[in-house]
Amino acid sequence: MSFDLDSWYSEKKEGEVILEYNGSITPALITEALDTIESNLNLKNEKNRVRKKVYNVFVECLQNLYHHVDHPPANAPVEQKDNYGIIILSKDGTFYRISTGNFIKKEKLNHIKDRIDQVNSLTDEEIRVLYRDILSNEDFSDKGGGGLGILDIVRKTGNKLEYYFYQFDNEYIFYSLDVYIS
Amino acid sequence: METIIREGTPKTPYVRLDGENGLVEIKGRSIPENSVEFYKPMIDWLEKYGSEPATATNVNIQLEYFNTSSSKCILDVFKRLELIHKKGNDVEINWYYEEDDEDMFEAGEDYQSIINIPFKMIEMEE
Repeated sequence: MSFDLDSWYSEKKEGEVILEYNGSITPALITEALDTIESNLNLKNEKNRVRKKVYNVFVECLQNLYHHVDHPPANAPVEQKDNYGIIILSKDGTFYRISTGNFIKKEKLNHIKDRIDQVNSLTDEEIRVLYRDILSNEDFSDKGGGGLGILDIVRKTGNKLEYYFYQFDNEYIFYSLDVYIS
Repeated sequence: METIIREGTPKTPYVRLDGENGLVEIKGRSIPENSVEFYKPMIDWLEKYGSEPATATNVNIQLEYFNTSSSKCILDVFKRLELIHKKGNDVEINWYYEEDDEDMFEAGEDYQSIINIPFKMIEMEE
């Protein structure tokens, strides 16, 4: 069965949608999106620690997209724009869920998968040690990260990352990532 | 030594670098896409300041939250300050965090474990 973006969407929008965006991920969009979620009443009424976690992880997810996404495939049912990505923040029961979706070239799949599997396999203490190690020892690119992004998300949320890779065509994969904050 | 003050924006913190009073302050949030660019003038200022620092330098860090690309830049700021401290000057970092903000508390602990400067964790009531 081929990948169906619409059914992916409806699955990720379960619960109360606080923000959804699909299109070019730009610095201006990131500022605007943050502004939108900051005015959300649900979040405003949250405890400080949860609210800040949501803002922080949300920004990290968007900036991950901003720095790393590929141009979508020509036949994808989306706008043909650079830095194309999707982000959905919703409150589903007791959780906030941040879902991102974007197209990647097939050859990137193993790299991303291995990275997430590795981070998911670590205990809280191992994550902390690795985080400090990367922070103090590794050079960062201008893009930032140094691989800290994913690690930081798992550290802050305390939850494993859920990812799905859907084959889009012979060249592209649709990469879906869910982050839960409670 | 020139005093630098930068007002905060939705993505960048308020910064005050005051050589005369030995004061370094970063407050607010730090989530720019290009953190290296934002922090470069601070690093340059600290390098100059290091050649003629005040007898005591007080560093106040009161961040709401920051992205991972800022985390490295903040470490670079601390490394410059560490050099000043190593030369025998008083330097103290005050790391402020809100009382239930475990993330900001842990971030402070991260820097404290890496940097060799007197480091005070200061809890703020909500």
